[in-house]
Amino acid sequence: MEIDPFIFRLSIFILSIFVGYYVVWSVTPSLHTPLMSVTNAISSVIIVGAIIAGLAGNANEVFNTSSIFGFLAISLAAINIFGGFLVTQRMLAMYKKKKKDK
Amino acid sequence: MISANLSAIFYLISGVLFILALRGLSSPETSRQGNLFGILGMIIAITVTFLSVGNFSSGLIYVLIFLLIGGLIGAFIAYRIPMTAMPELVAGFHSLVGLAAVFVAISAFLNPDAFNLGSPGNIKLGSLIEMSIGAAVGAITFSGSIIAFLKLQGIMTGSPITFKGQHPLNALILISIIVLIYLLCSTQSSNMFWTLLFVSFLIGFLLIIPIGGADMPVVISMLNSYSGWAAAGIGFTLENTALIITGALVGSSGAILSYIMCKGMNRSFFNVILGGFGATEQSSNSQNKEQRPVKSGNADDAAFLMKNASSVIIVPGYGMAVAQAQHALREMVDTLKKNDIKVSYAIHPVAGRMPGHMNVLLAEANVPYDEVFELEEINNDFANADVAFVIGANDVTNPVAKTDPQSPIYGMPVLDVEKCKSVLFVKRSLSPGYAGIDNDLFYKENTLMLFADAKKMTEDITKNL
Repeated sequence: MEIDPFIFRLSIFILSIFVGYYVVWSVTPSLHTPLMSVTNAISSVIIVGAIIAGLAGNANEVFNTSSIFGFLAISLAAINIFGGFLVTQRMLAMYKKKKKDK
Repeated sequence: MISANLSAIFYLISGVLFILALRGLSSPETSRQGNLFGILGMIIAITVTFLSVGNFSSGLIYVLIFLLIGGLIGAFIAYRIPMTAMPELVAGFHSLVGLAAVFVAISAFLNPDAFNLGSPGNIKLGSLIEMSIGAAVGAITFSGSIIAFLKLQGIMTGSPITFKGQHPLNALILISIIVLIYLLCSTQSSNMFWTLLFVSFLIGFLLIIPIGGADMPVVISMLNSYSGWAAAGIGFTLENTALIITGALVGSSGAILSYIMCKGMNRSFFNVILGGFGATEQSSNSQNKEQRPVKSGNADDAAFLMKNASSVIIVPGYGMAVAQAQHALREMVDTLKKNDIKVSYAIHPVAGRMPGHMNVLLAEANVPYDEVFELEEINNDFANADVAFVIGANDVTNPVAKTDPQSPIYGMPVLDVEKCKSVLFVKRSLSPGYAGIDNDLFYKENTLMLFADAKKMTEDITKNL
């Protein structure tokens, strides 16, 4: 009997939870705020679903209810992607080591 | 158009890059590179999506326009936002992830053909379950984050909003969500779908309103986690590896942060979620409010104490963020260092309104991160330090947490500030902190209260040094 592809996706999901668990525990507490903003940015990879929805309309009907929701989701996710990565970059640029004085 | 297998490989690569992005955050040196990995992963995922759809005839221009609009808004916000507003920003971003997940689920429900999920009214059962879970969690994330945002912005009161029958009502709604998902899957009815979304929005709202301002670190982390699970749910629907990996990463990241925050307050997750903390304690406190003697001083006294110290530990809290005192504080520390006084910073895990809040503010003020220490790293040093300078923190320094089993914060890990030779406590008044309890530290022999705005007091001390 063939294995349902869902099982493969479930395996990826479960293993990723474990990867996430160990990776996030190793994040230094002083970077917890950038961690939140960057997780925000990467979870907006949901934009791929929105792009599929937006591109789905045919030539005579670019705007239907489904594609409109897709377009809106593209904008929302794009705010997060650009905002999330840029604000993380801005924060991380501020973390500096002590200058060796003397 | 590229093949499904090839695009799946690229999605896997972008998922791996996202893991590396989080891995980079294990130290500030590698973090900037990590962020670039994240950006690269995102570029790959988006490019591959365009290539795999391959239909550039009609919608493409609009997709690009909406992408550009969102991107410009996002970039504008990222450059303009002050660092003190980071908790609000993150809450706002969470709400957008939630809403985007809801919108994608709606698109997929209305036009399942585009996603290879079947046809309207006849969507594959597995996809429908995944879709409805993704949509419900997304909706909860959205409305919950909106409430968190309003509370953090101060538009909505930060104190818990409770009413009779709140918990039974919430339980009822949560059960109805499960029933609705079941009905939706058995009937494929769009009415069920819309009702499910409405009820999920409602429960997100109801879950967050009873939670008070200082519990926001837990709430934000929890919503962070939810946004991940919502993304994962949609990822299963779209059969997209990048989305599944990311959802799992973000979901577990938020869960770990919630756990760390709860541990920092010695409270169980459920205790925080059920809300109402702080509201009930106030009444009992007002009864035994005897007048105890307090030593108060001015900037001159504080400067004198610090000038004669050889080591000073600074304990910042949410009050420092409110007063925007981080730059003034750094200037004061610079002056101290010129006098050969050793200065370090002690950060409690729940100081501020989100995990790592204080660290970002200090970094903004150019404080080197190797002078900033976590609770466990520095707690033993208080006994050897001459002066502890508490600025805007309160409950996290309260020795009652170690001595009085009756206290609501008993057992919470606190900074051993009272072990210092002398304590300088910058505060506007003697009012109790968030937990609604008096801080014993105010009345200690070696405590000098500095009643003033945190920023102004710090500037005055610098002048007197």
